[in-house]
Order: sequence, then structure tokens, then C-alpha cells
Amino acid sequence: MTAHTASPMTAAETALMDAYTQQLGDLPGDGAVLSARDTLISELKASGLPTRRVEAWHYTDLRALLRSIPAFDATAFARGVEPLVAGSAVLRVVGGHADGSNAPEGLTVTTYAQSLLSGTAAGDLAARGNDDAIGQLNGSFVRDGLEISLADDSALAQPLELQIVQGAGQSHLRFPVTFGMRSRATVIERHLSQSETGALVSSVSDLIIEDGADVTWILVQEQGAADTHLGQLNFELGADAQFRLFVINAGGKLVRQEVHGVVNGEGSDFKLRAVNLMGGESHTDLTFTLGHDVPNTTSTEIIRNVVFDRARGVFQGQIRVAQDAQKTDAKMACNTLLLSDEADFSAKPELEIFADDVQCGHGATVIDLNPTHLYYLQARGIPEKRARQMLINAFVDEVVEELEDEALVAALEGIIEGWLDSHA
Amino acid sequence: MLEIKNLHARIAEDGTEIIRGLNLTVKAGEVAAIMGPNGSGKSTLSYILSGREDYEVTEGDILYNGESILELDASERAAKGIFLAFQYPVEIPGVATMQFLKVAMNEQRKYRGEEELSTPDFMRRVKEAAAELKIAPDMLKRPLNVGFSGGEKKRAEVLQMALLQPKLCVLDETDSGLDIDALKIVADGVNALRSPDRAVIVITHYQRLLDYIVPDTVHVLYKGQVIKSGPKELAHELEANGYADIIGAAA
Repeated sequence: MTAHTASPMTAAETALMDAYTQQLGDLPGDGAVLSARDTLISELKASGLPTRRVEAWHYTDLRALLRSIPAFDATAFARGVEPLVAGSAVLRVVGGHADGSNAPEGLTVTTYAQSLLSGTAAGDLAARGNDDAIGQLNGSFVRDGLEISLADDSALAQPLELQIVQGAGQSHLRFPVTFGMRSRATVIERHLSQSETGALVSSVSDLIIEDGADVTWILVQEQGAADTHLGQLNFELGADAQFRLFVINAGGKLVRQEVHGVVNGEGSDFKLRAVNLMGGESHTDLTFTLGHDVPNTTSTEIIRNVVFDRARGVFQGQIRVAQDAQKTDAKMACNTLLLSDEADFSAKPELEIFADDVQCGHGATVIDLNPTHLYYLQARGIPEKRARQMLINAFVDEVVEELEDEALVAALEGIIEGWLDSHA
Repeated sequence: MLEIKNLHARIAEDGTEIIRGLNLTVKAGEVAAIMGPNGSGKSTLSYILSGREDYEVTEGDILYNGESILELDASERAAKGIFLAFQYPVEIPGVATMQFLKVAMNEQRKYRGEEELSTPDFMRRVKEAAAELKIAPDMLKRPLNVGFSGGEKKRAEVLQMALLQPKLCVLDETDSGLDIDALKIVADGVNALRSPDRAVIVITHYQRLLDYIVPDTVHVLYKGQVIKSGPKELAHELEANGYADIIGAAA
């Protein structure tokens, strides 16, 4: 990261530093945890919130975009809701407080507050690097979350929903999840907001997917129109494992969702599918890095973006193929539907390939709705607004339908249609 | 039912005039054939009737049941009962055929102040109409027109027409790309819709389709005008002698 002379702290930076001093006595953790927190907050203080001069944040100048920090509000109202898919097992984090009881069979669940108190979490708190502002912020303030492990050879019969409901104020949460060897599961990480005043949520999920496991992880972000959501999902993929990650961003005013993966077991396959719906004056950034570190692995990434109004969107996708990782097959596509002259989308695909026998590709397209398609639907009596919605839906639904599970597909289609109804 | 008066129209983008003072009247119950050489404006006329925004009407009027439709957009014209069976039906990936049919039928009903169809009622109607047109249920499970053969696309157009029950049907070169068996199926579908309160305009290059959909009147379009109208025998005359005589006489 570029060293730059200390500029005066912004209101948000000052508020974060003050909050840390005030919260210090109250944040859960033993001595080791506290020391890790101190390191993180000093890193953040030293570098400040990242600006466009930091490469990883070039399109999302967090220092300029994060104008203010809401106060912690322990009394803010928040209440759990029904699961997205009927019949799912639900573990809730409501208003920043996790409830680890009622875990389905095969799962071991403890709250992250316990892991902080006992100190077992201390080793996991370090940031990914100097430019990891989400890791620094989250690690400094994290209070709760859920630590989950699924036993070897076990399978979850129903999806597991991690329901995170935010009221006003701030929450900083962590979800370390281990999927044992040959286990099978579908997990829905669902962020909802019941705040109207602009909440701040940071959430870090650390997934370890062991050899032969088969995991579908659905990340649904539906924060409120004034909220800031800073998410990070890190994963390690073992041998012959399959991991399908589906990200849907359908909310928030300032959103940065990072996905960082390492494929370190041969014969594994990773799929990222993402739908980013953006409207109003929002800013939504999906940043993805993937390392293929061993031979014979595959990955595909398909990102579909729909941008209305004066919204700004960002996709950064970086695939690294290590020198040993022969026979890697990696393909990345980012397709954007720009629906307004003032909408803006930046795509930055990157391939770094050090092996010589690989198949890697990437593509990015930006389109408007096809006028002939629109005319054909209208010529059958479908009014323009509805016809546009059908075509936008078609653009993103191709990706959703890949999930195959009918109840899941219907639930996600419902979120997309609901969002389009209120924005199109 | 349809009265086109001194219609002048051009391509919006470059101003090229295609329709140059066209007059045509089609009565309820009538089947009118429009024939003419390439480039005479046949397809353009069908697009203008349907309300495609790529064309601008600069003069004249189109009256449908006595009212001008020039200010209505394509979806409003469709809901009022004007249907264009496309020469090249559009493939729309991601839009399921069944969903498309249901939305189209219900949006038209909504526009006319009728109740929406229940799902079982909708399914029954589609099943019956598809069987008549020998459309396999598999085809209806695909995205709209995607991967359909030329013949399947034309049958899908007639299926939509049968389900939407329009009052004015415009068939643009519906015979192109069809083998004789498919042509018969499509013609049977159109003939089944003939009724005293419905009019059909058949746009075609060739006499062949008119052996199966027998017109009441035949109109020859040339350089954006109807240069000759007559009874169905006019089509035979054109088939035997070509357009040259008529064009020569009109010039």
C-alpha cells in the first residue's frame, strides 16, 4: 500500500477511533483477543480508511464514501423473521446477538462471543493484509457471530439459514464454519435490516471446506436503503470438494462484499454466481480473488449486474494460477445491464497465470435491454413496464436457475421480483 | 374494421419513406391478401399496424373500429385486438414460453377490464390449442422461441393468436420457411379463427398460401401504395403473369 502523509482524520475515522476507546472495556475477549484488536485498530488508524490510491479499493473510495458512523445502539429494535425457504433450520443473530441453540443434528454450534471470551478466536482475527479494511474494522469491533462445524460424512437434510437481522446502530459479526470431509450442506447467509436510519454492519465468514465436501452457500444481502454493509467471505477448498457460492446483493446504500478463496485440493470445483441489483444513489462493490494453488481444479464465475438510476457498481475479479497448478480450468464472466444514462459500472477482471498448461478466460459485457425483445413482448399486449421487468428478470434468472433446488430458486426469484417491483 | 387513409410513413432513424399514400379498407369477417414484390412495403405496413416505434407516420391515419390508433403503443393495440404474426418471431432467452403466454393473456384481460385467468383454466386452454396445432408439450417448456425450428416458430405464432383471440390478425409471410405439412397445419389454425367479427390480413409473396387460406380480396402493394385491388382471382392472375403487367398499367 502506498504510504501517504497523515491527512486529518475524517468524521467517520474519528468516530471509529472514539468508539473503540469507549467500547474497549465492554468488548468480549481475553488478553490475546484484546491484543489482536489493539493491533487491528492501530493498523486502521495508521493507514486510515482506504482511498482510491489503494489498488484494492480503487473503485470504492471508502474514506470518501463512508461519511458517518452510527452510534452503537444496544436497545435498537430488531426481530427475527420466517426463513427464506420453508422448513430450513434457522440460527439467528438479531441486533448483534447470536443464538446458537436449536442447532440441527450433525452441527456443532457455539456463539462467537464465547470464542472471543475463551480466547480461541484470537488467532483468527488478524487482517488479510494492510489493505484489508474490512478485516481490520471487523476484528477490532467483533462481538458475536456463530462458530459452526459440520461433522465428517454428515449431510444436512434441510438448508441452514443464518439469519442476521440488524436494527439501528452497528454490528460486527464473524462466522467461522467448517464443513467436514464428505459432508453435504446448503447454507443461506441472510442479512436483513430493520433500521431506517442507516446501520453499519460488518460480517466476515471464514469457511473451510474439507476433502470431498459438497457445499452450497447462498449469501443474500437485503440491507436497508441507508445502510452500510461491509462483508467478507473467505474460503479454503479441499480435494475433490465442490463449492457453489451464490451472492445476491439487493439492498444497502454502501456495499462492499469481498470473496477470497483458495483452492488447495486437487479435483475440486468452485462456482461463483452473483446477482447485483442496484438503484437509487447506492454504491455496490463485489470484489473477488481466487487462488488455484494445486493442479487439476476448475472454477467458473458468472456475475450479472442490473444498474438503475444513479447507482454505481463495481466488480473486481482476480484469478491467480500458481506455477504448479497445471490443468486449471477457470472462466469468469461479468455481464451488466445499464438501465439509465447516469448509472455507472466498473469491471476489472484480472488473470495472473504462472502455469503453462491451463485454460483461463474472462469476459465483460455491458448492454441495454434489446429493443426488439421489448417490442415483441409489447406486441402481445404486455405493457412496457412489465415487459422491461420480464427481460431484466430473464437476464438474472439464467444464473438463479442453475441452483436447481426449486424452493430455493423460487425464494431467490421472489427477492429479485420484489426488488424489481419497487425499482423498475 | 380497418381503414387506412392516405398513409405516409418513414423509417424513424434515417427518414426513408416506405409507405407513400396507402389506402386500404378491410371489413369484419373479411380475409384480405396483400401481395407485392420485394421492397414494396409489406412488412413495414405490418409493423406500422402493430405500433413498432422504429417507424413514423407522417401523414394520413389508421382507423380501427372507427378510431385512430396512431397514438396507441404496441401493447395497447394488442390489447384492443390487433395481432401481428411475425415473419421472424423473436427468440428471447430466459423468458419461459408458458410464463410469456400467461402474462400476455392476463395483461390483455386486465386492459379490457376482465378477470385474470386461473392457472388451471390457463393450462387447459394452452393444452387444447397446442394439440390442435400439433405443438409438443416439450416445446412449451423451452424459453420463448429459443431453439425452435422455422416451422415451430410459425406454429408458436399461430398458437399465440389462437390463445389471444384477436379481432384483427395480420400474418406477415407466415408461409415462408414452411414445408407443405406445416403450411397446412398453420392454415388450418388460421381458418379456425375465421369468423364474422374477425378480419385477417395475409401478407404473402406467393399464391401457394392462398390455396389454403382463401382470401376474399387481394391487394397489390407497390412502392408503398395499393396499386390494384380485386377478388381472389387476382392472385391467380399474379401467379400466372407476375407483377410486371400490373405495375406497368399503374405507372
